[in-house]
Amino acid sequence: MTPLALWTAFQTIVLREIRRFTRIWPQTLLPPAVTMTLYFIIFGNLIGSRIGDMGGFDYMQFIVPGLIMMSVITSSYANVVSSFFSMKFQRSIEELLVSPVPNWTILAGYVVGGMSRGLIIGLIVTLLSLAFTQLAIHNLPMVIITVFLTSALFSLGGFINAMLATKFDDISIVPTFVLTPLTYLGGVFYSIDLLPEFWQNVSLANPILYMVNGFRYGILGVSDVNPFVSLGMILVFIVLLSAIALRMLARGKGIRH
Amino acid sequence: MTYALEIEELEKRYGDGFFALKGIDLQVAEGDFFALLGPNGAGKSTTLGIVSSLVNKSGGKVRVFGKDIDTELSDAKLNLGVVPQEFNFNQFEKVFDIVTTQAGYYGIPLKKARLSAEKYLKKLGLWDKRNTPARMLSGGMKRRLMIARALVHEPRLLILDEPTAGVDIELRRSMWQFLEEINRQGTTIILTTHYLEEAEALCRNIAIIDHGEIIRHTSKRELLQQLSVEAFILDTEKSLSAAPELEGFKCLINGDGALEVEVAKGQGLNALFKELERQNIKVSSMRTKANRLEELFVRMVEENAAEAESAKEGTA
Repeated sequence: MTPLALWTAFQTIVLREIRRFTRIWPQTLLPPAVTMTLYFIIFGNLIGSRIGDMGGFDYMQFIVPGLIMMSVITSSYANVVSSFFSMKFQRSIEELLVSPVPNWTILAGYVVGGMSRGLIIGLIVTLLSLAFTQLAIHNLPMVIITVFLTSALFSLGGFINAMLATKFDDISIVPTFVLTPLTYLGGVFYSIDLLPEFWQNVSLANPILYMVNGFRYGILGVSDVNPFVSLGMILVFIVLLSAIALRMLARGKGIRH
Repeated sequence: MTYALEIEELEKRYGDGFFALKGIDLQVAEGDFFALLGPNGAGKSTTLGIVSSLVNKSGGKVRVFGKDIDTELSDAKLNLGVVPQEFNFNQFEKVFDIVTTQAGYYGIPLKKARLSAEKYLKKLGLWDKRNTPARMLSGGMKRRLMIARALVHEPRLLILDEPTAGVDIELRRSMWQFLEEINRQGTTIILTTHYLEEAEALCRNIAIIDHGEIIRHTSKRELLQQLSVEAFILDTEKSLSAAPELEGFKCLINGDGALEVEVAKGQGLNALFKELERQNIKVSSMRTKANRLEELFVRMVEENAAEAESAKEGTA
């Protein structure tokens, strides 16, 4: 395929993904907006006002970057895992497999599709948060790079999950039993300084901690970890998961007999 | 000669050890209308699945218009359109979106994709349904949608796996006409079907596959010449209580009370009618018992099964 044809194929996949999640917006765009508003009201306003400062900021300001990141992570992951798995389930993935689109373009299309949903949700949650608190951006490039890379990383994770899944249960196991606990324990609601030393060290093994803190650094200028280490870790994981996903596509894992 | 499809020593062994294809060879010439026939589980869909990249091969070579699927997969796929046996589109998407999206996968810009989608949706009688979600279509419409989707990038080779399964006879015939038209315009067509009258009506060359092996690969004409006996069913004006003695012909009264006569190759029907006339049997209508290809197909598959059985006994 010529570069122009590849670009057209890539655009087609991305636009189809965007068309899918905007068509079913009550399932994809509305729920995180409602959930995050409840978080802002309950944890930020009601409970947060009794907690006082955290990391030098009031509690609402402290949790906003974590909650934005949590929405981006879950939405990016959910978009790719559900879209790709339902294509496998309905066998419409065959439309792509018989076409000349190379595997890396398929992967890039799905990842950018997942990122689109993740970033739109991130923007919606950010706008909602402005109704509850003020956000002064400390380092805009850091905010943008962290949110884009995190969104890409979890879209890749969703893609691999969908490749491996053989039934609908398989696409909810990882988000429920891996992603949610890691996100909640990844410093969204607290600074790991509050934890005993042992649990601080355990927390450092949680990759989501780095993403939340990298993003928090970009907005508030405070972080439990070095923000550049956070970026480095996200990049390493992106390379690793991309290699795994491409290998799975080449072997036709779960999509070719 | 240019081949649209060349298959050499193609093998497929599934993970459970099942040997679906045992090193088949097949050539389909450019412009041909080719039928790949065989009983269920013979290896037809596996063969076409490998050609269209839906199944990984275990060994052998496949070339589409000279492009090897191992080394020039993208170029091979550009020449190929595939209509699978099962519905495989997103049931929630609209008809027009399904077809234009497929064009996009082939790198066709949206404006051109829309024109091509319109052309084929109109030709296949689906233009009025362009904004309908695919799940709302009837079975026949869904089949036509898959044909439109496979043609939107104007492939040189069209593969159809059971394209008319579950389609009523009127629609089937209109689909035949459409396929004949695109074949006349230069598209090479390979189809698998269980309706042997379909293969007999449309195809010029035929391969029969059974137990993962090609047991016959020839022209339809040559195949039909091998038919030594043809059975006819004759409805008589007066019902017959017993089969008459027709000199030179084997006959019987079938379950419906009609006269069934076997006519050997070279005997001719005039002799049969002369004999009926002599015995004062008036015939009101006449039809073939089964289509000719079907008789041959059943016989070949039975012979192949018998040979396989005796080979097994020989080695036991």
